Amino acid sequence: MSTGEALVSAEKIIKSFLGLRVLDGVDFSVRPGEIHALLGENGAGKSTLIKILTGVHQPDGGTIRLRGTPVTVRDTGHAQELGVGTVYQEVNLLPNLSVAENLFIGRQPMRWGLVHRSEMEKRAKALLAQYDIDIDVSADLGRFSVAVQQLVAIARAVDLSGSVLILDEPTASLDRAEVETLFAILRRLRDRGMGIVFITHFLDQVYALCDRITVLRNGKLVGTREAAELPQVELVSMMLGRALAEATHGAEAERRSAPPSSGKRIEFSHYGRARSVAPFDLSIGAGEVVGVAGLLGSGRTETARLLFGLDAPDSGSLTIDGKPAKVLSPRAAVQLGFALCPEDRKTDGIVGDLSVRENIALALQARRGWLRRMPSREQAELADRFVKALDIRTSDIEKPVKFLSGGNQQKVVLARWLATNPRLLILDEPTRGIDVGAHAEIIALINRLCEEGLSLVVISSEIEEITAYSTRIRILRDREHRGELTGAEISPDNIMRAIAAQASASNEGASA
Amino acid sequence: MISLRRAAPQLIALAVILFLNWLAFPGFFNIRIQDGRLFGSVVDVFNRGAPVMILAIGMTMVIASRGVDLSVGAVMAMAGATAATMTVAGYPLVAVLAAALVVGLLCGLLNGILVAFLDLQPIVATLILMVAGRGIAQLVTEGFIVTFNEPGLIFFGTGSFLGIPMPVVIAAVLGVLAILLVRRTALGLLIEAVGVNRSASTYAGLNSRVLLLFVYTFSGFCAALAGIIATADIRGADANNAGLWLELDAILAVVIGGTSLLGGRFSILMSMLGAIIIQAMNTGILLSGFPPEYNLIVKAAVIIMILLAQSLSLAGAGAFFRPGAKAKPQEPLRSSDPSANKAQNPA
Repeated sequence: MSTGEALVSAEKIIKSFLGLRVLDGVDFSVRPGEIHALLGENGAGKSTLIKILTGVHQPDGGTIRLRGTPVTVRDTGHAQELGVGTVYQEVNLLPNLSVAENLFIGRQPMRWGLVHRSEMEKRAKALLAQYDIDIDVSADLGRFSVAVQQLVAIARAVDLSGSVLILDEPTASLDRAEVETLFAILRRLRDRGMGIVFITHFLDQVYALCDRITVLRNGKLVGTREAAELPQVELVSMMLGRALAEATHGAEAERRSAPPSSGKRIEFSHYGRARSVAPFDLSIGAGEVVGVAGLLGSGRTETARLLFGLDAPDSGSLTIDGKPAKVLSPRAAVQLGFALCPEDRKTDGIVGDLSVRENIALALQARRGWLRRMPSREQAELADRFVKALDIRTSDIEKPVKFLSGGNQQKVVLARWLATNPRLLILDEPTRGIDVGAHAEIIALINRLCEEGLSLVVISSEIEEITAYSTRIRILRDREHRGELTGAEISPDNIMRAIAAQASASNEGASA
Repeated sequence: MISLRRAAPQLIALAVILFLNWLAFPGFFNIRIQDGRLFGSVVDVFNRGAPVMILAIGMTMVIASRGVDLSVGAVMAMAGATAATMTVAGYPLVAVLAAALVVGLLCGLLNGILVAFLDLQPIVATLILMVAGRGIAQLVTEGFIVTFNEPGLIFFGTGSFLGIPMPVVIAAVLGVLAILLVRRTALGLLIEAVGVNRSASTYAGLNSRVLLLFVYTFSGFCAALAGIIATADIRGADANNAGLWLELDAILAVVIGGTSLLGGRFSILMSMLGAIIIQAMNTGILLSGFPPEYNLIVKAAVIIMILLAQSLSLAGAGAFFRPGAKAKPQEPLRSSDPSANKAQNPA
């Protein structure tokens, strides 16, 4: 492995969207002849960093250097000219064109003003031979497996760019043998002196392939380390964050040890769905906060979808206060007093063009039915009450909610559910992508709600956060509920140990 | 509900068109009463525009739900064919009307099922009936233009109520009922929510599928009503030409009225105004003696102007909000707000 001058380096990169800082002084470099893993949970800033390196976005601050010389990457075409190529998770080639056309689109060899097809196919054949791929290059790309398409995309990117290759979750849809083929090719490219950036959330693959690891968290650089010198548990703690205010922890421990009221319970038993989450039992009493911890892809969001009826369970049953119930749609869930603040606020949460008032009234109105319209005055009173209670910062409740900041949009979605006076509130990553101030307010709100007797299920990759407010913590890995921490067991260390146990114990599951 | 400010581009456009019509044909605003019914060019604009107005009422809700209904012209032909054929066969008026409306409701229901439950793209789903519907209408009329002379049915095309032509009365009553239906219940809000973000609406507990089913069924109903009027007007059902291309006029009316094809906020009244603008142009070109071919070109030019005026007034509104935004500097978002607005506007 070479430690020479970096092929590409990013220094102190700063980027904000709508006033929200998504990258905050991040350093990152790729040396010739290395495979460099870029890791972090959702929203850590990985994709933004990649998009800045490839010219999709322009940085607000910081420098990008190419072999030591500062450059401005104008757009993706310019990035390719500079030698930086990218292959995205969803292969962005054209399935209805031939393999050869995909490889040479925009630069087809010409003869007499027309595409020189035989020459193009000869060159395509030769190009793919370098990767030990022997396929009919005149066939449509769409006829081949995702793995082959991926390799064609890599071949194209390497041929176009040649010095740095960025791979965004390339193994997400490959089987184990295909992953091995891919890795062999990547190692060969590395040995030729290319710098490769590898984004994934399969930790075992990181250790199998990569030389260095850079971890981002909440838009900040956590660190860059040699893979050989970074134990797996430490990597998990870098990804999830470990700074914990001991004081908060102690104060919350008292509340946590208080026995939950035993009378009213929501019990899911043997609840599960094939290819989503393995069957699990979950019993929640009033005033309890169940934290759900696990890495990306461990079944966190799938659990939430199941509890809220977005996916129908194919096994198990639900009882509420001892009475059997069924949740087969969000509508049914809302009627039972369930509520879900989804992870992806923009696509599943806010209704952007509608006003803050209408967004807050929406779930309550849906529960009342279309015939019983809430008069505008009542909607306005409701909205005013929650804007005040949750300190939602908006100039006006008639403002379209899309113009609010991320944290305030999240509060609007929360308000929408609190307005329905729910008994079970499921929060999926409630603090993701929102600024520090709103973050603290939302945590305070969670504590207050649970004191008021609401049952909460909180899914979060912020370990110190769920440690602070949870009565119990569910550990998820490989789409299974693998255990629960209660009382004194709840500590960031224990949670991380429980999660990391997976990566070493179940390599096969992770890469399948 | 609709501020005059928002309706300004459309009202100005209508005024200009009417003025030009008057220049081309000085008798344009003359109205006379004959046999207890109003006659005149202005009355004609409303009378001829009524079918598109009725289509636009249904189309507005479909478009608000982020869909489109291309089948309305064909549904008009089917409903008309049904009404004419049954009249000729001697069925009573009530049965004729009921059957024609049921045809429309069933067509709309089919569209709704394709869109809401089979998740077909609306443009494709309704294209099916747009093509097949005219074929069905021809089967019903067995390839002939079925003519009739039943005064009860003809009344819906050429009759009048209190001096006002029946098509205008029907369009106005339907418009008022539809507005009451969506704005006195929560239906309007729920349709807008589904149109803006179906996923988020489903998460919020809305029954998105039933709402979509409703809007397409209602659009089918409106199309059948328009079809009855068109058939009654010409005292016959022409499966090939009844309602031909009117789906495009209806979509245009909705767009001129300011409802975005991306779904969301809608106004039925404004769409009806849009239909009037289109018809005023048609009538004007006919009166001015230009060959009707010019109609299409002039229409396109006027539409571009109206849309341009709308986007300008939107940009103006954006500028209007900005000074207010500075009033509360404590909000972290504010500093970048003007640039964010700027980025939004061209899109």
